[in-house]
Amino acid sequence: MLGKGLLNGLAETARNFLGSYVSKDRLTTVQFPEERVPPIEAARNFPFLIYDGESRQQGLRCVSCLICEKECPPKCIFIEKSQDKKPDASGKPQFYPAVFNIDVSVCMSCQICVEVCPFDAIKMDVAFELSTDNRFDGLLWNKEQLSKPNEYYRAIHPTEAAAVDAQLAESRAKMEAKSKSAAEARSGDAASPQMQSVSGATEK
Amino acid sequence: MTVSFLILATLTIAGMAAAMSLRNLIHCVLALTLGFAGLAALYLYLGAQFVGFTQILVYVGAVAILAVFVIMMTQSAGPMTRPAPASSWAIGSLVAGSVFAILAWAIRSSDVSREILPSETEATVHQIGDALMHRFVLPLEIIGLLLTVALIGAVILAMHEKRETR
Amino acid sequence: MSETIDQIFVILKDWIMGNVSAGMRPIFSALLSVVPVLVVFPLLFAFTTVLERKGLGRIQNRYGPNRTGPYGFFQPLADAVKSLTKEDIVPRAADQVVHFLAPLLLVSAVFLGYAVLPVGRNMVVADLNAGVLFFFAVGSLVELAVFMAGWSSRNKYSLLGAMRAIAQMISYEVPLVLASIVAIMAAGSLSTVSIVRAQAGYTGIWPHWFVLTPWGFAGFVLFMIAATAESNRSPFDLPEGESEIIAGYYIEYSGFKFALFFLGEYLGMFATSAMAITLFLGGWAAPFSFLTWVPSYFWFFAKLLTMIAGFIWIRGTLPRLRMDQLMNFAWRFMLPMTLFNIFIAGVWHFMPAGFSRWFVCAILVAAPCILLSRGLKQEKKLQVRTYRFAE
Repeated sequence: MLGKGLLNGLAETARNFLGSYVSKDRLTTVQFPEERVPPIEAARNFPFLIYDGESRQQGLRCVSCLICEKECPPKCIFIEKSQDKKPDASGKPQFYPAVFNIDVSVCMSCQICVEVCPFDAIKMDVAFELSTDNRFDGLLWNKEQLSKPNEYYRAIHPTEAAAVDAQLAESRAKMEAKSKSAAEARSGDAASPQMQSVSGATEK
Repeated sequence: MTVSFLILATLTIAGMAAAMSLRNLIHCVLALTLGFAGLAALYLYLGAQFVGFTQILVYVGAVAILAVFVIMMTQSAGPMTRPAPASSWAIGSLVAGSVFAILAWAIRSSDVSREILPSETEATVHQIGDALMHRFVLPLEIIGLLLTVALIGAVILAMHEKRETR
Repeated sequence: MSETIDQIFVILKDWIMGNVSAGMRPIFSALLSVVPVLVVFPLLFAFTTVLERKGLGRIQNRYGPNRTGPYGFFQPLADAVKSLTKEDIVPRAADQVVHFLAPLLLVSAVFLGYAVLPVGRNMVVADLNAGVLFFFAVGSLVELAVFMAGWSSRNKYSLLGAMRAIAQMISYEVPLVLASIVAIMAAGSLSTVSIVRAQAGYTGIWPHWFVLTPWGFAGFVLFMIAATAESNRSPFDLPEGESEIIAGYYIEYSGFKFALFFLGEYLGMFATSAMAITLFLGGWAAPFSFLTWVPSYFWFFAKLLTMIAGFIWIRGTLPRLRMDQLMNFAWRFMLPMTLFNIFIAGVWHFMPAGFSRWFVCAILVAAPCILLSRGLKQEKKLQVRTYRFAE
């Protein structure tokens, strides 16, 4: 029929117009500050440091091994190792970072620091509303601003956190078993130096 | 000689004078358009509604656009420099002045200017249509034929050009 | 009572005129007629801009503006503040005088056209004997303004846009005028007031609108298509193609002058829709005979709003026409169709009233429509490609 395409087109737009008042399918806008799109688990924006337990100083997993500082491509991590040692979550005395700064304006969220960290101390955060009105001080984050609890990590990346926690628990159990057997062996005969395997491989 | 007539006449004459003397050619055409509009206003002042509106429709809406298109497409450089006054401007203005004087004398002394026109003349479209269809139907048909011939001629000219450039 | 509400503005004007001295009467009369037009139609323009943005948004599965004011209806205020406070940049090489005058000429020409539109019973600014002719004459001033805008910017693309705009406007002015001739023929007068009066009767409950006849319907459709093209609205908005040559002929205008162009375009749209309403849709007449108690100006504005909604709907639906498609459409479909329509209106006039003339005229309208559109369709047969230089 003559004009069929026109009329079909008009009908489709009318359907869109009227349907946008009744169904969410035909009005797909998410009005940002008030409504948000449900977050995706694999999203990443900027790294953060994890601490176990309650105390930021006490439970910080980072032992200041400086690997992430070396591996960071734009060199935005600045770490100063502490002079003394402090017991970490499993009781072993470790160094800790006296200063741990990341430059937000330089970081490109490549996640290399996460990949190389042997201690699962640094992970990727998903918060993206990081605007500040101070370009220099506001965008250089220190240890206090970067450390967040493990519960937060579990909240934003549940699967990863579960895997990391399981691995950490397993390696801790293995270490305890080894130390127990070592203690028993030592209490048994003269101790031979045992290779202690450092806790587990980091996952991607 | 009412105020409105004076204003309209001044506007028309100013427009036409500007059309002759401005430097930029497009400005000249726009001043000419102003003169056309002034003419249309004079027709309306005289009560000839149809002629007045048709003057705007045809002259301002079509002829002026045609003129600007022609200028736009044939103009090579930007605004022209002021042309030097021609050496014969004295003779030219004398001739123009004498023609104007003769025309003015002829119109003033003819019978047309002495007729007492009815104060409310209105040439309605109805009357024009009637006249066209009854008294002037032969000229109407001939003009229509002429326009058709002109149209066909223009189309043929354009078509020939296209075939040549192929 | 409904009579009073219908004539309330006329009564108000007469009362004010009664209180004014005889010397000031012409000025006051002119002011009282003109100022409402100058107030109402720009307000309608403001309302339309936000309606259009919200309507287009809903058609495109999104909200329109909804932050300024309740549901975004204060958006025109924000737009007005923005356009008034923006810097008025005039290119140094531009022709200053012509650049300044172009938007003024456009807006003046468009406002002049409102003088002959009967907004309600006895409510017209000027009841001219040749009202329709005046309207089209004033509409042709718009082309000159477009040219002035395009030329004075001294910008190649602006000039290109202006040439295309003028070509489009001139091409569509012919079908516009010819399509209106059928209504003039049927009413027997060029005066808009008499055309509306000729459509204000009823047979039973059905009105005598010209759109309800075969030739009237064809004329209305053709007039509306030509009106869309005259005001450079989608799908005919190639001269102002927003995604191609950004703003075409008004590319070098900013701030208030741009707002004036925008205003002129929309007011032109309203004026031609109002003329279509006057010529074909019965002006201020009610659609059914039992609805005549509703005031006449309400019907006029209701019809105007419906047509605006139609414009917005079409804008949201159809893609833009290319220049050659546009010209083809004007000269090879619309012009012959309007000429046939005039002939058909004549046939209608001379046939006796009854079913036969409906049938004959319907066939006579449908046949050229189908044949012409067949002729317009270009059957693209795929040809073997030949290369000039590649082999």
